[in-house]
Amino acid sequence: MTVHPDPRDELVQHLPALRAFAMSLTRNSAGADDLVQDTIEKAWKNIGSFTPGTNLRAWLFTIQRNAFYSSRRKVKREVEDIDGVMAGAMSEKPAHDGRLAMNDFRKAFEKLPDEQREALILVGGEGFAYEEAAQMCGVAVGTIKSRANRGRKRLAQLLHLAEGEDPTISDANTVSGMAQARHIA
Amino acid sequence: MTQSRKSFDVMRQIDENLRRVYREVDTQDVPDRFKILLDKLREQEKPQSGSLE
Repeated sequence: MTVHPDPRDELVQHLPALRAFAMSLTRNSAGADDLVQDTIEKAWKNIGSFTPGTNLRAWLFTIQRNAFYSSRRKVKREVEDIDGVMAGAMSEKPAHDGRLAMNDFRKAFEKLPDEQREALILVGGEGFAYEEAAQMCGVAVGTIKSRANRGRKRLAQLLHLAEGEDPTISDANTVSGMAQARHIA
Repeated sequence: MTQSRKSFDVMRQIDENLRRVYREVDTQDVPDRFKILLDKLREQEKPQSGSLE
């Protein structure tokens, strides 16, 4: 008798979110779906290491980002096959009532460094708490906050929304430490 | 004053747009390949000693 249902039965509910996260990581639709497939396979195999009652989505996102960074390291090449999936593939009504033009927004978003896109999607897009996002990325809460803030500022810059901003926002910190997070599989 | 007010609005707009961009993908239909994949994984898991029928 288990109180919790088999988490594998719930995987399907997280597929849309995993795809959204994957697209923001890979910026490439084919790559995104391959990454999601990889994530599902790993999650299935390692389901025993998931603690029932905890946040399944956060667990899946952690697997997915680890898979993303480890395959990136393996392939050892910068992402050049960005097909502008967020910018191109989804056409939408043009902007009105003072909102940002969505297409410009997507294009700007895709230009952000990995760790800023990731922080913004986890916190701003998916709505994880900073603490959760920090745990997923294996970094301090303050690091996630500053990545998200630098990402927002950079977006404002790219979209020419922040006249008074200091144009030199440092993106010097790279991902070195964060891909160290424990690996599943 | 106006500066920080403006920058607050800008940040709010940015967050709103982030949610919209994210939701666009989040609400798309999931391709069949994932349902096929899950079926396949489940198939492979078939309980050896199970008497499900």
